[in-house]
Amino acid sequence: MRTAEANSGRRPKAGGSGGASGSGRLLVRFEAVTKRFSGSAAVERLSLDIHEGEFFALLGPSGCGKTTLLRMLAGFETPDEGRILLDGKDISGVPPYRRPVNMMFQSYALFPHLNVEHNIAFGLKQESLPKAEIAARVKEALALVRLEGLQHRKPHQLSGGQRQRVALARCLVKRPRVLLLDEPLAALDRRLREDTRFELVDLQAKLGLTFIIVTHDQEEAMSLADRIGVMDHGRLVQVATPPEIYEQPNSRWVAQFVGDVNMIEGKVVSAGADGALIDSAVGRLRVKQAGDAKAGDMVAIALRPEKLRISCEQPASEENRIAGQVWDIGYLGDMSVYQVKTDAGVTIKASTANMTRLIERPITWDDRVWLSFDADAGVVLTR
Amino acid sequence: MRRGASWFSIAAIGLGLAFLYLPIAILVIYSFNASRLVTVWAGWSTRWYVELFHDQAMLDAAWISLRVGLLSATVATILGTLAALALVRMGRFRGRLLFSGMIYAPLILPEVITGLSLLLLFVAASIDRGFWTIVIAHITLTVGFVTVIVQARLLGFDRSIEEAAMDLGAPPVKTFFTITLPLIAPAVAAGWMLAFALSLDDLVIASFTTGPGATTLPIRIYSEVRLGVKPEINAICTIMVAVVAIGVIAASLLSKLRGEDRPAMPVPGAI
Repeated sequence: MRTAEANSGRRPKAGGSGGASGSGRLLVRFEAVTKRFSGSAAVERLSLDIHEGEFFALLGPSGCGKTTLLRMLAGFETPDEGRILLDGKDISGVPPYRRPVNMMFQSYALFPHLNVEHNIAFGLKQESLPKAEIAARVKEALALVRLEGLQHRKPHQLSGGQRQRVALARCLVKRPRVLLLDEPLAALDRRLREDTRFELVDLQAKLGLTFIIVTHDQEEAMSLADRIGVMDHGRLVQVATPPEIYEQPNSRWVAQFVGDVNMIEGKVVSAGADGALIDSAVGRLRVKQAGDAKAGDMVAIALRPEKLRISCEQPASEENRIAGQVWDIGYLGDMSVYQVKTDAGVTIKASTANMTRLIERPITWDDRVWLSFDADAGVVLTR
Repeated sequence: MRRGASWFSIAAIGLGLAFLYLPIAILVIYSFNASRLVTVWAGWSTRWYVELFHDQAMLDAAWISLRVGLLSATVATILGTLAALALVRMGRFRGRLLFSGMIYAPLILPEVITGLSLLLLFVAASIDRGFWTIVIAHITLTVGFVTVIVQARLLGFDRSIEEAAMDLGAPPVKTFFTITLPLIAPAVAAGWMLAFALSLDDLVIASFTTGPGATTLPIRIYSEVRLGVKPEINAICTIMVAVVAIGVIAASLLSKLRGEDRPAMPVPGAI
C-alpha cells in the first residue's frame, strides 16, 4: 500500500539545522503582508515565519499569490501593507540588487549572450571580487551542479535540464541567505523532474541553505519540503509538514487540493475522547480524528482512497463498513483505483497496490463489494 | 524533396526581380557608358568615375551628406532607443498615448509638411539655416523609425532576464548596459542603419532646412539633373547603390551572427 509516510516527508537532517520542527533560527518573517494589483488583493494580510536551513514550499493553484509572495521577498514587488523581515531587519526599502536573496526564475532567465561560465560569474562580478576568487567559486559551482566541461557553451546549446542547473549554479554561487525557486522543475519532463528533485534536496542539505520553493505540484512540494504552506486566494490556508498536510488537513479545501480524497458529508451524533460518531449518507461512521467537532455539527470525513479496504467478503466488524458495487476500475499498473457506488448512491474511491501479477482480478466490474476503514484512517473536517 | 518550381512561381520571381532591379541595373550599366549621351551606348568606360572624382562640388555635397547622416543617425538612435524603453518599460504613465502618437507622427506625416514646419520653426527662432538645421531636421525625421524597430525587439524580450541581473546584484543602469543593450543591439544597429539611409537619401526635408554652404548630395544631384542627366550622375548613383548594398549585406550577416545567441526553443528533457 502506498502510505503517505512512504511517499512524503524527508529523512531528518543530520546536524539538526532547521527542519520540520522549525528548530533553526528565525530567518524570514512576513508580517501581515498585503499586496494588491489594480484593486484586487494577490496576497492578503499574510504572516509567515521561515527558519534558517529550512526547505519551505509554497503550494497552491495558479493565481493564489504564491509567486507574488516570492517576488516580494526578492524585491521585485513592494508590499502595500505589512513588513518583510530578513534576519530581523525590515527589507521593504532595499532594492533587489542589495538583498542577500537570490531567485531562480521559472524561465531560468539565463543571459543568452553569455556562456555558462559568464552566466555563473555574473553575480560575483557585481560584488567586485578578485578575479581568482571568482574563477574558483565558479569552478566550484560548476562541479556542484555537475556541469564541468560545459562552461563555454551558450545557453541555447544546452538541454533543458542543463539550463536548469546553470540557473541553479548562478544563484548558489552567490551564497544567498535565502534561495528562492519559482517552479524550478516545471519545464522539465517527468523522469528528469523526479531525478532533479532528489538532487535539490541533497544540495540543500549539503549546503545548509534556506530554500523557498513555489510550486503548484503537490507531489513536488511533498517530496522536497520540510514544511509546506498551502495558499489559496492570497492567504495561507495551512502551514505544516508534508505528512500533516496529507494526513491532517485542516479544511475541506486543503484535503481536496492535496492528493486524492473521498469527502463524506455528515452530521456529528456524538463527539468524545475516542472520536466522533457521524451519521452520513453511507451510514453511521466512527472517526478518531475529530478535532473540535461537536454533536450536531455538519462535517465532512476526509478519507484517502488508499486507506480504504475493498473486499468481496463481508468484514467481520460492523464498524465503518459500507456495501456497494464496483462501478469502474482504473488500472494504473502499480495500483488500481476502484470506484464503488454505495447502496446509498454515493461514489467512493478505494485504491489497492497490485502486489501480485493478477491478470484475472479478484474484483471486477459490477461485483458486490464491501468497503471498510479503521477509525483512525480518516479525519473529520469542520471547515 | 524538391519538386521543381512551377512555371508560375518562376515567372513571379522573375517579374518581381525585374520590377525591382531592372532600373538599377540599367543605371549601373549606363554609368560605364563611354558616350556623353545618356541613352546612346558607346562601349565600356570608367571615364565618368574619373570625372566624378574631379567634381569638387559633388564631392563636397557627398561629404556633407555623410556627416549629416552619421550625426543625425547616431543622435536619433540614442533618442529613439530611450523613447522605446520609455514606451515599453514605464508602464502606463500619464500622456503615454500622446507621447507615442507624437513619436510616430513623422512616420506618416508628408515630408513636405515636416519640412515646412521645421522651416517655419527655424525662421521664427531666427536660427541660421545650414548644416545643423539639416541634422536637427533629420533627427526629427528618423527618430520614430528607430523607436519602432527597438520597441519591437523590447516587446519580445523576456523581462525576467533583467530581473535576474538585478537579483544577482547589478543596479538598473548596469543591468541596462551589460544585459539589455547587448540583447537589443541588433535592433539598435538596424535602427541606426535605417536612420542613416533615410538621412542619406532625403531630398524634401533637406531642401526646406538647408542654407548656404550646406548642399547635401540629393540636393546636388537633383539640381544637376534639372539641367539634364549627365553620365556622371549615373556614376555617383552607382556608388551609392554599392554603399547601400554593402551596408545591407553587412547588416544581415551581423544579425545572422547575433541570431545564434538567441535562445533556441527549449527542448523538453533532452539531455
